[in-house]
Amino acid sequence: MTRSQAFLNWIDERFPLTTLWKEHLSEYYAPKNFNFWYYFGSLALLVLVLQIVTGIFLTMNYKPDATQAFGSVEYIMRDVPAGWLIRYMHSTGASMFFIVVYLHMFRGLLYGSYRKPRELLWVLGVIIYLALMAEAFFGYLLPWGQMSYWGAQVIVNLFGAVPFIGEDLAVWIRGDYVVSDATLNRFFAFHVIAIPLVLLALVVAHIIALHEVGSNNPDGIEIKKTKDPDGRPLDGIPFHPYYTVKDIVGVVVFLAVFSFIIFFMPEVGGYFLEYNNFIPADPLKTPPHIAPVWYFTPYYAMLRAVPAFLGTQFWGVLVMGAAVLIFFLLPWLDRSPVKSIRYKGPYYKIALTLFTISFLVLGWLGTQPTAFLGAIGKTEIAVVLARLFTVVYFAFFLLMPWYSRIDSYKPKPKRVTE
Amino acid sequence: MIGMLSSAMHLMTRTMTKLLLLILLLPFAATAADEHVRLDQAPIDIRDAASLQRGAKIFVNYCLNCHSAQYMRYNRLVDIGLTDQQIRDNLMFASNKVGDTMTVAMRKADGAKWFGTAPPDLTVVARSRGPDWIYTYLRSYYRDDSTTTGWNNLVFPSVAMPHVLWELQGQQVLTVETHEGAHGKEQHRTLALASAGTLSSPEYDKLVADLVNYLVFMGEPMQITRTRMGYVVLMGLAVLFVLAYLLKKEYWKDVH
Repeated sequence: MTRSQAFLNWIDERFPLTTLWKEHLSEYYAPKNFNFWYYFGSLALLVLVLQIVTGIFLTMNYKPDATQAFGSVEYIMRDVPAGWLIRYMHSTGASMFFIVVYLHMFRGLLYGSYRKPRELLWVLGVIIYLALMAEAFFGYLLPWGQMSYWGAQVIVNLFGAVPFIGEDLAVWIRGDYVVSDATLNRFFAFHVIAIPLVLLALVVAHIIALHEVGSNNPDGIEIKKTKDPDGRPLDGIPFHPYYTVKDIVGVVVFLAVFSFIIFFMPEVGGYFLEYNNFIPADPLKTPPHIAPVWYFTPYYAMLRAVPAFLGTQFWGVLVMGAAVLIFFLLPWLDRSPVKSIRYKGPYYKIALTLFTISFLVLGWLGTQPTAFLGAIGKTEIAVVLARLFTVVYFAFFLLMPWYSRIDSYKPKPKRVTE
Repeated sequence: MIGMLSSAMHLMTRTMTKLLLLILLLPFAATAADEHVRLDQAPIDIRDAASLQRGAKIFVNYCLNCHSAQYMRYNRLVDIGLTDQQIRDNLMFASNKVGDTMTVAMRKADGAKWFGTAPPDLTVVARSRGPDWIYTYLRSYYRDDSTTTGWNNLVFPSVAMPHVLWELQGQQVLTVETHEGAHGKEQHRTLALASAGTLSSPEYDKLVADLVNYLVFMGEPMQITRTRMGYVVLMGLAVLFVLAYLLKKEYWKDVH
């Protein structure tokens, strides 16, 4: 027995290091037919780490104080060594996190990754998505620019639309009657401690759930059903080294895109860093057009599309909330006998295409003022479009039990293809 | 027609993603009326140190009396080829500590009292307004006796700031022509020089361009370093990609 092996044994008798390594990497069998869409899970993990590390360095120089916050960001950009790089990594990382997560979720929709036995895996994922939205929302106030301020004002006011308790609820969230220094301090606490802790715990739970049930694949079949005499799935390969080396390629490509944005277009035309956020927050000057950052705009477009009814705007808030929460129900809405889009019929393909278009169009509409496409009479065209696509968005989910049952399908193979 | 054209121009500057989405909805976009003034493209070059130095001088002489640039340190001007001594001798009037930021003596409250609104800090103004807006704005002042300052602006109507550079540009006047267009009555607004300033029109445009160039630099002084570093990083990643790809191929030989 070599010395290093003896040392490993010493650890293993006290901590299951080798067992963990085997269970989660060297003897975790993943289907061998992963394609492009399967890079985004590990990339999401990478972005999470990048955000935490850059976030720690930003916190060293950022001042969560209404009179100093804006200036401290400029201080980081100008006077802190490599501060601009860390700040751009963090601001770009926020948007890239959502891009990667949206693609990761879309993969789930393509190949039915939410279906039995992966319902809890999916549910945990949706909770991660919610936590990520909270994290982004709290973080966006910190630079204390005009969009930070008024975006937070608009979102907190949504809680004010809740019947009866709304006003008190909004004051409770803000810690003041308007967004103020008190709000900035608590949002800072949520952004740097509370939500990241929750996120990390959820990510661990998500991975544990994944490794319990095993990964889905583009064919949507269970590789655990066909095993060799040793009990290894015939279509599975150990995650390490096969997928670790493959994911490194994905990581390098991702870093190239990420770097291109950071070094050559950090504002991305006002989408990653909004132009108005270079104006310090001014509680007395409401900007004519308040738009959230792009990753929230599909829901923002829905919010604006729902008309006031019975004297309250609360319906818009309800619709917006429902649009996110409805993802939870997906595992129980899909009644197709097959998981993957490869073997599903035309109804699902059409439904998913329409859903994707509606999500993108709503996202675009949400970045613009409602009047930007003009109006026919008193009806603004952008609002009509937003209503139409909101209906399409919800129809994808609500009609799924019906269209997924009557849809035709191809028999799925016993073994993975390719 | 002008509305269509300017809205199309506006959209061209947006990202590719949006352009793709736009194609879907182009028929709708064409009907949108855009009432904004068409902005002229600012002829600036962030690598032109001479232009940046001229711009810094104009900024310090004309802007930095009312407007601060409180996040910008004087010695950052070393980045555009000046020495500490040059900065002290030519650009600093209030102090001689080159590590100081560009503050002004005027208090915010006084500014608000005198102008109706406190002159905003200009450190990152080029990032919020964009160079084209500032370039067009500083060339769009005209005489208007109905305002308190006697000046008005096509890009920024009822602006609180008087035309600080008028002695250089001269005085412009506004003519409004109304004619029947596709969407009913259309107003065509043009500016013409009524009395000349000390500079010719092209000279003035060049001066404004230098100033805008400086403002763009001041908004993000490290931007030249940023892009330069970007090329190195991308080249490094390209090499890494080849290695990672070969490694993956090597390992995956025995799969299938």
